[in-house]
Order: sequence, then structure tokens, then C-alpha cells
Amino acid sequence: MSEGHESRTPVTLSTATWDDPHLQPKSQRPEHTERVILLLFFLGFVGFVGFGVAYWQNWKPWTLGATLGFGMFCIGVGLAAWGKYLMPQGPFVEERHDLASSPEEVDAFSNALIERGGGQVKRRKVLGGMLAAGLGVFGVVAAFPLIRSMGPLPGNSLDVTNWKAGAYLVDRQGRRLRADEFAVGTVVSSVFPEGFQDNEVAQTSDVVIVIRAASAPFGTGSRSSWTPQGYVAYSKMCTHLGCPVGLYERQQNLLVCPCHQSMFDVGDQATPIFGPAPRPLPQLPLYVDAEGYLRAQSGFDQPTGPGFWERTT
Amino acid sequence: MSAARTKPTTARQSKAALGPYGRTGKAIAELDDRLGIAKGGRTFFDKVFPDHWSFMLGEIALYSFIVLLATGVFLTLYYVPSTGITIYHGGYKPLQGQPVSEAFNSTVNLSFAVRGGLLMRQMHHWACDIFVGAIVVHMARVFFTGAFRKPRELNWTIGILMLILAILEGFIGYSLPDDLISGTGIRIAYGITLSVPLVGSYLASFLFGGPFPGNAVIPRFYTIHVLLVPAILVALVTAHMVLLVRQKHTQFRGEGRTENNVVGTPMFPIFMAKTTGFLFMIAGGIALLGTFFQINPVWQFGQYVPYNISYAVQPDWYMGWLDGALRIMPSWEFAGAGHTIPFEVFLPAAVFPGLIFGICLAWPAIERWYTKDQMPHNLLDRPRDRPKRTAAGAAMLGLLGMLFIASATDVLANFFHVSLNNVLVLMRVLVAVSPFVAYFLTYRICLELQHLPQGGKRKVANIVSLTEDGEYVASPAPPPPGLHHELEAEPVPRYIEVEDQGSSSHTSVEGEGERPPAGSVRTVPR
Repeated sequence: MSEGHESRTPVTLSTATWDDPHLQPKSQRPEHTERVILLLFFLGFVGFVGFGVAYWQNWKPWTLGATLGFGMFCIGVGLAAWGKYLMPQGPFVEERHDLASSPEEVDAFSNALIERGGGQVKRRKVLGGMLAAGLGVFGVVAAFPLIRSMGPLPGNSLDVTNWKAGAYLVDRQGRRLRADEFAVGTVVSSVFPEGFQDNEVAQTSDVVIVIRAASAPFGTGSRSSWTPQGYVAYSKMCTHLGCPVGLYERQQNLLVCPCHQSMFDVGDQATPIFGPAPRPLPQLPLYVDAEGYLRAQSGFDQPTGPGFWERTT
Repeated sequence: MSAARTKPTTARQSKAALGPYGRTGKAIAELDDRLGIAKGGRTFFDKVFPDHWSFMLGEIALYSFIVLLATGVFLTLYYVPSTGITIYHGGYKPLQGQPVSEAFNSTVNLSFAVRGGLLMRQMHHWACDIFVGAIVVHMARVFFTGAFRKPRELNWTIGILMLILAILEGFIGYSLPDDLISGTGIRIAYGITLSVPLVGSYLASFLFGGPFPGNAVIPRFYTIHVLLVPAILVALVTAHMVLLVRQKHTQFRGEGRTENNVVGTPMFPIFMAKTTGFLFMIAGGIALLGTFFQINPVWQFGQYVPYNISYAVQPDWYMGWLDGALRIMPSWEFAGAGHTIPFEVFLPAAVFPGLIFGICLAWPAIERWYTKDQMPHNLLDRPRDRPKRTAAGAAMLGLLGMLFIASATDVLANFFHVSLNNVLVLMRVLVAVSPFVAYFLTYRICLELQHLPQGGKRKVANIVSLTEDGEYVASPAPPPPGLHHELEAEPVPRYIEVEDQGSSSHTSVEGEGERPPAGSVRTVPR
């Protein structure tokens, strides 16, 4: 259809004459294009009918999507092709008008705002001041119910857990852990203080991972008394962002957090040796009672999980 | 009076009474009497849209948003925003008899038990990924071609706000099924909220209605996801469109195109046909994606349980840069004076995105300040002609792209059988150097492209002919009809010839690549 340069010079839509090349379709064989578009519309029609049948007959889910998607896609391609190839090819031009007003109009508007409006306030300063004070207080107190009522104050909820001296260690089913039932290298991935295994908050902040890392107590200083028969319990909440530190790398004796790959050395107080975690996993001091059950000597000596402003070091 | 009483008797007469445009014309006239629509309507029909393909990117965003609204309404009919525990009794065997939340239960049920439900859920998720992606690519187009410049700074700002809201909306919607992976995402969001100095624990407690996980977060996220954010998005989309019509489109340089016109196809019927067709193509494409490519099969992940976790926990793609930033950040926690500031979380997850979006919001002002250019611009730049801006954009994309890759450190290490530690160290280095390398390379490439005289133009064939002397001679063929593409940019002026004093002071502009006579030339700095 292109006749070189001339026809590509844009014209205004309203001034184009009927024999104007701008109003000719772009397609060089319009009848041919029309047949293709007709076929596309027909395929769209078939697709939608197919969707109706598939829905009515409750065919497999993929038939619903395939018919609907196919139908919409064919209709869409056909319609776009109609617009692109069979409608006036243009290009047409539209003039742009200055957005800016004249300086007089701008001045008049500023005058209305500042003299007519602002002047009213300037003349009655006390009224304006009181109104501003009232609205200011309104803005502040309106936020009270919106923000303050949404939840309780945090209090010490982030600092304490349900681990107490003598608490039994239980698994998800609430079964007490015995010191003689696990071989060296065994991991019990989710352990709770007895009575709290079904409490969702406790499942987050109390959960510990118990590993029998050795056959005899290990650790330095006072911590050697926290690992009876080689059992060690660490908080399962990553000190980075609180994901469960659920991967145990047996060869290197590491706990790995799957979220951001912090690694903690099980043999050395769960010190973070890699990744963004800033602190060791808090360790729960254990002992084995006379009947052979694993129990906590005390609670954690620090808050579990990620850091926050009120956390003391 | 008597004429009014005479009723038209024949169809022909009645048609004549209606005027040349029949009942539709009558309806338009009636409507115009009340609303005065004719003049504005005609102007709207005549609004010209530029034909360049890059103007289609925003349409992809708009139409995937429409798909999101339609499929989202369907999902609200079946989804139950509650963390109350129920026992799964649906048709999916592996979950049979397990305690799950109402939210998870209803998500699995609307996928398997509701006819068309799985398709709608899959389409909703795919449309979301495409929506955010289209916004980002559209924004890159606007940035690299300088379409954000005066007078369109406000629309740029609205666009950024929509991107932020779209990312937020996507994250919150992704959390609603209460499955293991999205629940871990909420857990991380809780940790990030905690990291805010001074008020973090209060914010977290208010947002979650108490300690994590609580029962408040799913219903609250639901209200935010289906009401609050969509309402704001619809309002911003409307404002975006109104400004676009009011300020008219930008356009590339080309034949007949000036700062004072727009060249392309009119709204009605040509653009309307094309764009409606495009809407159906997008919707159809999303339906086919949703049909043949599984996305977020929550029944495989299972119900969220705070102490469980899965390997390769990755969020949706548009959260990847934040996840990557969290991963590569060194463990720089501040602890002292009775307080803790988790900088290893607060910097990458709160300060960094604030900085990135802040730079985006401030960019038009930064550029106005740097170039001292206060003029309105309706003609677009070719990216090569603004090498510093283009390089800055490439630096930003390089940084975000590297952070995105860094969100897959574990998968990369596993796939290539290399040490996770080495991958992390490598990603730290790459993230640190990528903006500078991208800036330098892009800047150089832009300058090189500027100096290619035929850069970006199509090659013209040579005609090789045999002369009578038996010599082969190549001569350029005449340009075939239609070669001069209407979108082809006019050469950007590079030299300004200033005549000597005395003669009438006139300035002429020469095309790129044409060497002006020596002596009278001053290169225009860019």
C-alpha cells in the first residue's frame, strides 16, 4: 500500500478526503485479510462454545482453561488485526495545545486563593488558630482507635517463653522424650515444653530442636552441664528473621536456616558461622531426671527469635 | 401547532423526524442536552495514540489488572479469611483428615471442588506476576525515553505509587492461602516489622493483634487485599488515565512530529479495536498460562505450621530483590546501651527499598536540577542520546537484577554443585560492583552508538552491475517504498553552526554524521 514518502506524512483525521491514502486500509489484500480475521473470530466462537460445553459437562479443569484462553486469544488477535490492517492506516495528527494558562489567569487564581481565601483567615487569626488546633487534635485522636486498638501492647511477650525449670520435653504429639531412646546423630526437629505443643504462639517462640550430637556431655564451661548424654537443645527460631532452623547438616554438625542460609555450629553453642544471622541460637539447659526423661533445667537465658529494640544484650 | 399534532404516518417520515443518524443520533442528542457530551466525546474519539510498540507495555499492566479484578471477585465468593481450625474432608487424598485452617481449607476446596475454581486461582496468580512485571517494564520505557519529564512528573509519581501498592498487594494476596511457604513469608514480614528501631515491637503487636501468629493477620490481610489496596489502585489508575488524556501522549521523533502535535491512530475506532483485541489477547494468554503452567500449588506445601519449614523457600519474583538483599547482608546487629537494632534486617528490608523508591520518586526533580532544563517535553529521547540517564537506569537495573539472582543462592549452589558460602561471597561482590560496571558499560555503549552515522537505521542494498569493460560496480539501490519507517527517528542535531558577526545572526542545525565545514563549528555539549 505504501506509495513512498508522501502517504506517510500525517494528516488531520477531519481533513482527510475519501480517496486519501491515509484512509485506505494497510492490508495490501483486504479480502484475504478479511478471510483470515473471519476464521479467527470463528475459532473464538468455537472456543467459547467449547468452554460452555466443558463447563456444563464438567470436563477436566484444563479443558475449561484451554477453551476459554483459546477463544479469547483468537477473538483478540482477530480484533487487533481488524484495527491494524482493515481500518484507515493513517498516520493522523492531533494538535497539542498549551496546558499552561495565561499569566493573567494564573495571577487571578492566585489572587482568589491568597487574597479572597487567605485574607479571611488573616483577618480572624484567633478563629483560624482555634480551628487548626481542633482539627490537629482530631487528626491525632482519630488515629487512636485505628492504631492502638489493633493489638495489645507487646509487654514482655517477646522476652519470655513457656520453658520453666523441670519442664518435660515433648514432641508434636505430646510424648515425653526419653534420654535412652535416641542414637547419637538423631534429630528431634520440633520439641515443646509439655502442655504447650498445641499452642500456636508457643509453637513459634518455644519450639526447640533437640540433637543428640555426642554420646557424652560436651561444651565449654558451665554449658557442659547443659548437654546430658550429648543431648543439646537450641531454639528453633532463627535469630535473623524467625524462620524455623529446620535443616541439620550432619557431616559438619551444622544447623541451617532454609530462608536466608544462616548456619549455626551445633558443637559450639550454635554460633552463627555464616549468613546474616547476628546471634547464636539460644540454648536450653537440659538434664535427665531419675526416670530417664529429658527435662529443662530452666528457661532460656535470653529472648528467642529475631532482634528488636527492647532486647537487652 | 397543527404540525406538531400531526403524527408521522409512514416509516419513512418517522425516520426523517429522527434525523440522519437515526435512533442513536437521537439518543446522543438527548444525552447532550443534559450532559453536553458531544464536543468532549468527539475530542475523545479523535485522541491520537502513537503507534510505537513500546506504548503497549502500560496496556499490558492495565489489562492484567482487569483480569485480576475479575478473577479476584470470583475467588472472594469461596475464600474464607479465617485461621479457625477445621478438618479437611475434600477430594485431595494426601490432606484427608488433617487439621487445617479455614483459609487453607477454602483455598484447596475452591481449587478442586468448585468448577473453574482452579483456573481462576491460577489466572489470578499469573495475572499478578504479569501485572507487576508489566509495570516495571513500562516504567523502564518511560524512564529511558525521558517520558517522565515536565509536564508528566505527577504521572510518574502516580506510577511509582502504583508499583509499590502492586508489590504490597501481591505479597498480601500470596499470604492469604495460609500455606507453609506463604506463612513463612508472613513470619519474615513479622521479623522485619520487629526490626524497626524504637517502635518495632509495638507495630508488630498492633499489626498481628498480639504475638505471632495470632488469628488477626489473615482476616486483616484479606480486607487490605480485597478492599483497601484495590480501591486505591483503581483510583490511581483512573488518575493515571485522566492525566494521560489531559496531557496527551509523548511520541518519538519522526516525520511530521513536533513538540506540538501527536501522530498516530485515533481512539475511535482504530485504536479501540486494536486495544480491545489486545485486552482479549492478554486475558487469553493469562488463561492459557493458568491452564498449562502450574503456579503456587498450596496443597503440596500443606497448612502453615510455625515450626515447619520447606527447602528452597522463594517468594514471588517481585519480592526477590528484597529477599536477595536480606541474604547478602552481613550480620551487623547493633547491641548496646540496653537496646538492640537489627541492622542486618532493618537496612536491607526497610531502609534500602525506601531508598530505591525514594530515588525513583525524586528522579524527575534530580534531572531538572542537574540539567537546569525547565521546558516541557513531548518528544521522547533515544536512550543513547542521554547517556548519563541511560547509564543510571542501567545501574539501577543491574543492582536490582543482581539482588534478584542473590535470592536464589541456595538453589544456585545446589544446581551447580558449588559451595553455598562461595555463592554468597560472589553475590556480595557482584551486587557491589554491578551498578558501577553497568553504568560504565552503558555510558560507553551510548557514546559509541551516537557516533555510528547509520546507527539504528536499516541497511540499504547495493546493486552490483557489470560494466562494459567487464568491471563489477556496486552502487546503493534506491530505497524501496516503505523503507522510511514512520517511527524512524530524525537525526538528533549534533552541531550548531554559528555564522560570523556582521551577517544576520542565524543558527542552522545539521544532521548527525554530516561533517560541517571546519572552522565555523562548535560542538554542542551534551
